[in-house]
Formats: sequence, C-alpha cells, structure tokens
Amino acid sequence: MSLLELKDVSMEYNGKVLALAHINLSVERGDWMAIMGPSGSGKTTLMNIIGCMDTATGGSVILDGVDITHASRPELTRIRRDKIGMVFQQFHLIPYLTAAENVMVAQYYHSMPDRDEAIAALARVGVAERADHLPSQLSGGEQQRVCIARALINYPVLILADEPTGNLDEANQNLVMQIFRELHEEGHTILTVTHSPEVGAAAEHCVIIEHGHMREQ
Amino acid sequence: MWTKYKMFFTMVFYSMLRRKTRLFITLLAVAVGATIISGMVTVYHEVPAQMGRAFRAYGANLLVLPSGERTEVSDARLADIRKSLSDYEIVGVAPFLYDTMAVNKQSVIVGGTDFAELSKVSPYWQIDGDYPREGEKEIMLGAEFAQRLGVKKGATVTVSAGEGKAVLNYTVSGIVRTGGKEEQLAYVSLANLQRMTERQGALSLAQVSVVADGGRLEEAVAKVAAGTADVTPQLVKQIAHSEGTVLGKLQALVLLVTIVVLVLTLICVTTTMMAVVTERRKEIGLKKALGADNRDIVLEFLGNGCLLGAFGGIVGTGLGYLFAQSVSLHVFGRGIEFSPVIAVFSLVLSVVVTGLASLVPVRIATSVDPAIVLRGE
Repeated sequence: MSLLELKDVSMEYNGKVLALAHINLSVERGDWMAIMGPSGSGKTTLMNIIGCMDTATGGSVILDGVDITHASRPELTRIRRDKIGMVFQQFHLIPYLTAAENVMVAQYYHSMPDRDEAIAALARVGVAERADHLPSQLSGGEQQRVCIARALINYPVLILADEPTGNLDEANQNLVMQIFRELHEEGHTILTVTHSPEVGAAAEHCVIIEHGHMREQ
Repeated sequence: MWTKYKMFFTMVFYSMLRRKTRLFITLLAVAVGATIISGMVTVYHEVPAQMGRAFRAYGANLLVLPSGERTEVSDARLADIRKSLSDYEIVGVAPFLYDTMAVNKQSVIVGGTDFAELSKVSPYWQIDGDYPREGEKEIMLGAEFAQRLGVKKGATVTVSAGEGKAVLNYTVSGIVRTGGKEEQLAYVSLANLQRMTERQGALSLAQVSVVADGGRLEEAVAKVAAGTADVTPQLVKQIAHSEGTVLGKLQALVLLVTIVVLVLTLICVTTTMMAVVTERRKEIGLKKALGADNRDIVLEFLGNGCLLGAFGGIVGTGLGYLFAQSVSLHVFGRGIEFSPVIAVFSLVLSVVVTGLASLVPVRIATSVDPAIVLRGE
C-alpha cells in the first residue's frame, strides 16, 4: 500500500477558480518525489492538501492508510502533527526561541519536549553547537538545517519540503541537498516542491504541474 | 509533564522578553491602565475617610444630651461614652455646661468647656485673641456680647454667679465669631464654671465629632443609646445629611471615572493585543502547521495576556498608590496608607481586564490559517 495516494483530486475556489484538476499521485514509502511547476500552477495548493492544511473539493487523499479527504480541521491538525514534518523555504523559525527550543516546539505540540533529543536532531544536521543561538544569530543555511531538525524530531512518515533551497546560496544549497540525500538513504519519504532543476533532478521521481493539471510523472 | 509546562512558560515568557520594544509598548498600555485603576480605586476607597475628616471642620455631628426629665449629664458618663466609641475615629468630644452669670453686671449665658477639645470639634470658630487657659481666670466673649459690653480682648471684666455670690475679675482672652448664637454668649473653662456655680461634675451636653459616614454614624448613636439610659444621643442632621449627600455624589463621580478608565483600558489593551496577534500571524500559522490546535494557541495568548496583566498590574499598583497619595496630599492635605487589599484587588483586576482584553485577539488568532506559512505571506 502506498504511503500517499491521491485519486482524481480537484480543488475549486468559490466554485469558479479551478486550482487543481484530476490529480492522480502515488508516493511509496521511502520515495523521494519532487513536484515542479511555474508560479500559480497549483503546487502550493497540492502541498496544502497533502500537508493536511486544506481539503480537496473532489477526489480522495489517503495518507498512511488514513482517508483524509473529508477530515475535520481538528483531525487534520492531529494527522499533520503525527505524520508530517515540514521544511519551509523561509525557514519559519520562531524568532524569540533558540535553535534547540525551536525544535522542542514541534515536540511540545506532538508529545513531550526533550532537550537531549532536540540536540541530537540538531547534531544530525550539523548545527548542535548553535543550539542556544537565536535564529537572528544563525546564517540562512543554519536556519534551514534547524528547520530540517524540527521536521525530523517527531519521526514523521512524510517530510514535506517547500522550496527547501530557495533562500540559500550555492554552498548551503549543496549542504541541505546532501542532508536530504542522506535522509532518503535512511529510508525517509520526502516530497519536495521546487522550481530548482537541481533539486528536482536529485529526487527519484518528478511530477510537473501546469495550470492545475499534472503533466508528467 | 514538567518539561511540557516548562516549554509553555518558555514560549510565553520569551515571546515577550526577547521582543523588548513590543513588550515595552504593551506593558505601558497595561501599566497606565492599572495605574489609573489602582489610583482611582484607592481614591474611591479613601474618599469617605478623607472627606469625613474634612467635614469635621464644620462642627460636631453627634450631640449627647440628658435624657427625659434630667437636665444634666455627669462627667463620668461622658468618659464612658468616649470609651464606648473606641472603635470609631473620634476627632473631639467637647463637654459644655451652661449657666446664667453676670458679666460686668450684665446677665449672660456662660458656657464652660474644655477649649482643647472645642478647638478640635469646632475649628471654624474665629478667635480674635486666644482661648481661655485652663486654671487661669480668663474669659472668651462672643463678638455681639463684647460689643454690648463695650470691651475688647485684654480687658478685665467682673464675673459673678448671681446675687450674694463672689464677684471675680476675669481677663478677656479673646473675642469669638461664629456667625451663630455663640456670639451672644461668654465662655470660661469648664472647671471654673463648675466651681463658680457649685455644679461640680455636671454637664449640660457634649458635642462629639466622629469620623463616620451615615450608616456608621447611626451605629454610633445606637451604641451610645444602648450604653446608658441617662443620656440621649442625637445626630446633627444637617451636617450628617449633607455629608452623606456630598460623599455619595463624590464617590459616584469617582466610580464613574473608574469605570470609564476601565473601559478605556480594556479597549487600549485589546487594540494592543490585536496588534500583537497581527504581528505574530505568521508565527501562529507556523505553530498550527507544526500541529498546535486552537486550545494551544488560546492558552499561549491568554498566558501572555495574564502575564502582561500581572507585570503591568505590579507596576501600575505601585504607581497607582503614588498617584492616589499625590491626589490625597494635594486635595485633602493628608496622606493615605498603603492598602494590601486594594493592591491585591488592583493586581487581580489588571490580570482579569488584560485576560478579557485578550479574548477578541485570541479568537482572531485561532482563525489564522496554517497554510499562510506555505504561501509565504
């Protein structure tokens, strides 16, 4: 059984604007899939649906054996918390918390904060020595690595990464991509949304979306 | 579980402490409100006592008269009455004995009193000169009577208790003006009058000035009446009534101002908290994206609000006391004591008001869509 199964998924806003049309997608456990497409193509809408932040107006979505197509908001929150780790283009670290505390926030909402585990997660991405620094004291690459540590801390079944290298210089892009490669080798399932051909090429599978329609898989 | 609470407090504390400008502005809004509320509550609470004291300058508010057929009250009974009013703040108890005497052969009612107490009970009496001294042969004349006699302060007058009684020379220590009947009388020390009239230990009445509002004054009257059947306590109704009316209106005014300030504080803190929510919209979206449910968001913002209320309340309560102290010193010419009850009340009120003010912003916070973090808004 696939980890993620989208069948004939459509998304209409106000019954008029068709953001996604009849998307069929299947992601197996341990896969690394890239979703690519120009701005306004529907990538973000698809991420929202897969990330349990929105519900499709048509079709069905099954994540880790759970049908989330018609799940309520609280159910979506619970599923997102338990099953998904998110990496954002703009890092989205909480500015008044240290790197370690930012990782512990994800634990706090999931179960129980544990500083040792948070430090271990930071060590896993190579920024343990920056654990007590505020985001403003970290470079972009370090912030993104903290963001990845936060995404990994609750052992999610799916890592959703939105333009993970979009705000990084080349050296940091390579560092982050290396981490993703290692995560993939360890068996993590990764879904990345990207403009970058390099990131797209690093993934096992690549899907292109244009005007809400899936063009290639 | 402790680590969970610790993380909660870490987020609540540092969301304020590591954003000092915002903390300062929000704290200022809460503290200013708390200062005015604490100050006004203190003034509201202190107004009756302060005004009560101020009103005591207008004369006695309680008379102690002989009851029934009696014509005299004894010295000893007055001491008992004073004891029975020990729970009250007594400004003064002025005993009076009245008798008809001849001063420079002119018949006049002479009042014998304790001038130290009289000056406390009736501070509005205007004396040209001094009160007669205890143990000296000195007399104070009412202005009208002095004019009738054609004497001024420093003059010597003859005083006699009646035909066949000794005629003594008294020095006029002062002339009194009150605008009332007192100007037709003459006054000597109580001991002198009792001796001259051979009425040792006797009093005609006593004027009592006690700091108490309408209700407590009625209680004082009842207490005196219950103590003994020899005397009849009587309220000086004009004074007690006008005191009650003015106090009531003043307290209503202070209460109204307090309520207006409370509402303004509520609006001010709500606006500030809404600005905080708007500023932290992305952070709220992120927390939701990380799995926070509405309860988590509500608790964090209410925690923030209550903590701000507590900080602002502590600062405001201290400043409010200073504000009330300054008002009291300037208006009533008398300081006020720090009241722990009012301090705790102001602190709790500050937390409650800030908590209430956070409700609307918190509701807005829970409606933030987690997807905003993916849209990069």
